[in-house]
Amino acid sequence: MYTQSFNVPDQAGQKTVAVTPSTEDAELMARFDARIDADGRIEPQDWMPEAYRKTLVRQISQHAHSEIVGMLPEGNWISRAPSLKRKAILIAKVQDEGGHGLYLYSAAETLGTSRDQLLEGLHSGKAKYSSIFNYPTLNWADVGAIGWLVDGAAIMNQIPLCRCSYGPYSRAMVRVCKEESFHQRQGYEALLVMMKGTQAQREMVQDAVNRLWWKCLAMFGPPDADSPNSAQGMRWGIKRISNDDLRQKFVDATVPQAKVLGITLPDPDLKWNEERQHYDYGQIDWQEFWDTVEGNGPCNKERLATRVKAHNDGQWVRDAAQAYARKQQERAMKEAA
Amino acid sequence: MTTTALKEWPLWEIFVRSKQGLEHKHCGSLHAADASQALHMARDVYTRRQEGVSIWVVPSASITASNPDEKGEFFDPAADKIYRHPTFYEIPDEVGHM
Amino acid sequence: MSATIDYLLHLADNAVVLGQRDAEWCGHGPILEEDLALANVSLDLIGQARLLYQRAAELKGDGTTEDKLAYFRDSQEFRNYTLLELPHHGALVGYAVADRDYATTIVRNFLYSALMVHVWDALQTSADSTLAGIAAKSLKEATYHLHHSRDWLVRMGDGTDESHTRAQAAVNHLLPYTEEFWTVSPAETAAVEAGVGVDVRTLRAAWDALVNDALAEATLTRPQVRGYVPQGKVGLHSEHLGFLLAEMQSLARAHPDGCW
Repeated sequence: MYTQSFNVPDQAGQKTVAVTPSTEDAELMARFDARIDADGRIEPQDWMPEAYRKTLVRQISQHAHSEIVGMLPEGNWISRAPSLKRKAILIAKVQDEGGHGLYLYSAAETLGTSRDQLLEGLHSGKAKYSSIFNYPTLNWADVGAIGWLVDGAAIMNQIPLCRCSYGPYSRAMVRVCKEESFHQRQGYEALLVMMKGTQAQREMVQDAVNRLWWKCLAMFGPPDADSPNSAQGMRWGIKRISNDDLRQKFVDATVPQAKVLGITLPDPDLKWNEERQHYDYGQIDWQEFWDTVEGNGPCNKERLATRVKAHNDGQWVRDAAQAYARKQQERAMKEAA
Repeated sequence: MTTTALKEWPLWEIFVRSKQGLEHKHCGSLHAADASQALHMARDVYTRRQEGVSIWVVPSASITASNPDEKGEFFDPAADKIYRHPTFYEIPDEVGHM
Repeated sequence: MSATIDYLLHLADNAVVLGQRDAEWCGHGPILEEDLALANVSLDLIGQARLLYQRAAELKGDGTTEDKLAYFRDSQEFRNYTLLELPHHGALVGYAVADRDYATTIVRNFLYSALMVHVWDALQTSADSTLAGIAAKSLKEATYHLHHSRDWLVRMGDGTDESHTRAQAAVNHLLPYTEEFWTVSPAETAAVEAGVGVDVRTLRAAWDALVNDALAEATLTRPQVRGYVPQGKVGLHSEHLGFLLAEMQSLARAHPDGCW
C-alpha cells in the first residue's frame, strides 16, 4: 500500500542535479537512453547514470518505508478485531505489508544500498514515507476504509510500476500487485458488511471515510505543476502516470463504489463533469499535506519512534542469531580440521 | 533519534519450485543469519500463498553473474545459429508431426 | 457431549489466547523476516481456534457461534493454560507495563508447541472425528511452531551473553507454569473417558525429553520447580487474562448486535 505520493526529495530543498556526463560516459548514457526509449529493462549490473540510481533508491526505499510504517495504523486494531475471521484477515494483511516492504528493500539493495542504510534513512527522519500513515486509525471501520481507499489508491500506481524500467523494482511490484488486490477487496467487503449492520456501524464507516477521503486524494502527491521530479521520473520509466491523472482515475473509480456502499464522500464540489467525462472535485489542503510530509502530522512522531524502538529492541535478537551462526561455522571448521 | 550500531545479517537469494516437475525460480531475497534460518524465513516470506513445494537458498555473495559489458560477445554469437532450431528444417507435410 | 465441548473449549482457548499474544508483535518484530514468521504462527493458532470453537458451537447448538464463544465469555470461563495469557515479559502484576521481550515469546512458544505436537498427534484418533481432523491439520502447524521456537531458543541460549541471560530468565520465569500441563482437570478426565481427549500425563516423558534436549543444546539449565501449580484450565487465571480479554473483546461487546 503506497502511492507514488511519495517520490519527493528526502531532504527539503534537495534538487535533482542536472548531470553533465563526461565524454567517456556519454556513450554509456546514449546506450542507457536508447534502452529506456525502447521500453527495455535496466538490471542491477548495467551501467546507469548516478542520478537514476539515486532516484530509484529514494523512490523504492520511500515505498518500502511506507509499507513498513503502514503496518502500524492497521496493526492498531489487530488485538481488538471484532471477530476471529476479521482478526485473521487483518493479521494476514498487515503481514503482507511487511512482506511488501521486504520485497522492496531487497529491490533497493540491488542498487548497492544495504537494508541497514535504508533503515538508517528512515530512522533518522531523513527518508520520507507516505503521508497517509501519519493519521490515526480511530475506529474499526478505518481498517476497511484503508483497504478500500488507501490500497485502492496504491494499486492505481503500482500496476503501472510493474512495467517500470528497473528490473528488480518491476518484478517486486508484480509480486506486490498480486497480493494487493486481496487488500482492497477485503477492505471494501468489510465495509459492505458493516453497512448492513447496525446504525452505529454505518456511522463508523461514514466517519472513517470522512476522515480518510481527503488524505487519500493528497496521497497521490502534489499537482503535476508542482512536481519537479515527475518529468524526470517519466523520462526514466520509473513513474508511468502523472499524479493528477492517477488522482482523477482514483476519484472516477471510487465514486460509484461509494454509492454501492451507501456512504457519501465529504466533498460538496464532487460532481460529474459531462464535458470532461470525469468527476470534478474540490481543493486539497496542500499545506496540511506538506506539514505532514515534513514530520508534523498527527502521528509522525509516534510512527517513527515505534519503528526505531522495534529496531533497537530487536538488536539483541539479531545479534544472537549472528553470534550463533558464527559459532556454528567455527565448530564446523574445527571439525573439518 | 539514535539507532544502535548496524550489524547486518547476510543477504540470501531465494529460489522456489512451485510444483513438482517444474524448475526452481528466483523469487527474491531476504536477510538471515545462516542457511537453515534463511530456509525457514523463505518459507514464511515467499510461500505464504502456497507458492512452493521446494525452496533453495543461496548466499547472494556466492552468485557470479555475467558481465553486462560482455553481453555482445557472450550472447550475440548464438543469434545466427538458426540451424539449431527445429523450425529451420522443412519436412514434407505428409510426414506429419516430427 | 458436554465433556467434548469443555475439552474443545480448553483447546480453542489455548489457541486463541496465544494467537492473540503472539499477534502483539505484528509490526514490532526484531527484524522484518521474523515479523512475518511470527505472524504466521498467530494465523495458524487463530485458525485452530476457529475450527475448535466452530465444532464446540455445533455441539452446543442454541445458535451459538465461534465468535460468541471467543468474545462473550468472561475470563473465569476461559479454559486456557495460564502460561499462554502471560505478557511477553518477566513476572509483573497485571496492570504493570514493560517492554516486550522476544525471549519470553520464544520460550513460551517452545514450551507450548513441545506439548502440542504430542497432544495433536494423540488426538488424531479422537472419538470426535471433527476433532481428529483438526488435530491432523494442527499437528503440522505445531510441528513447524516447535521447529521455529526451538531454533530461536538454541540461537538465544548459545548466542551472545545478553541473549543467553534473557533466554535463561525466560525459562526460569515460564517453566513453573508448565506444571499445569500435568494436572488433570475434570473436563480432561471426562474427555479421556469419552475417548475424545488425551491423558496429558502420558505425554510427560516425551515432553521432558524434547525440553531437556533443547535446553542442553541451548546451553541453558532447567530450573527446579516447586510450589503453586497454575489452574487456568479450570478457570482460575492470572491477573493478565482479564486485561487480554478486555482488549480483545471490547469492540465485539460494544456492538453485540453488530455484524462483521
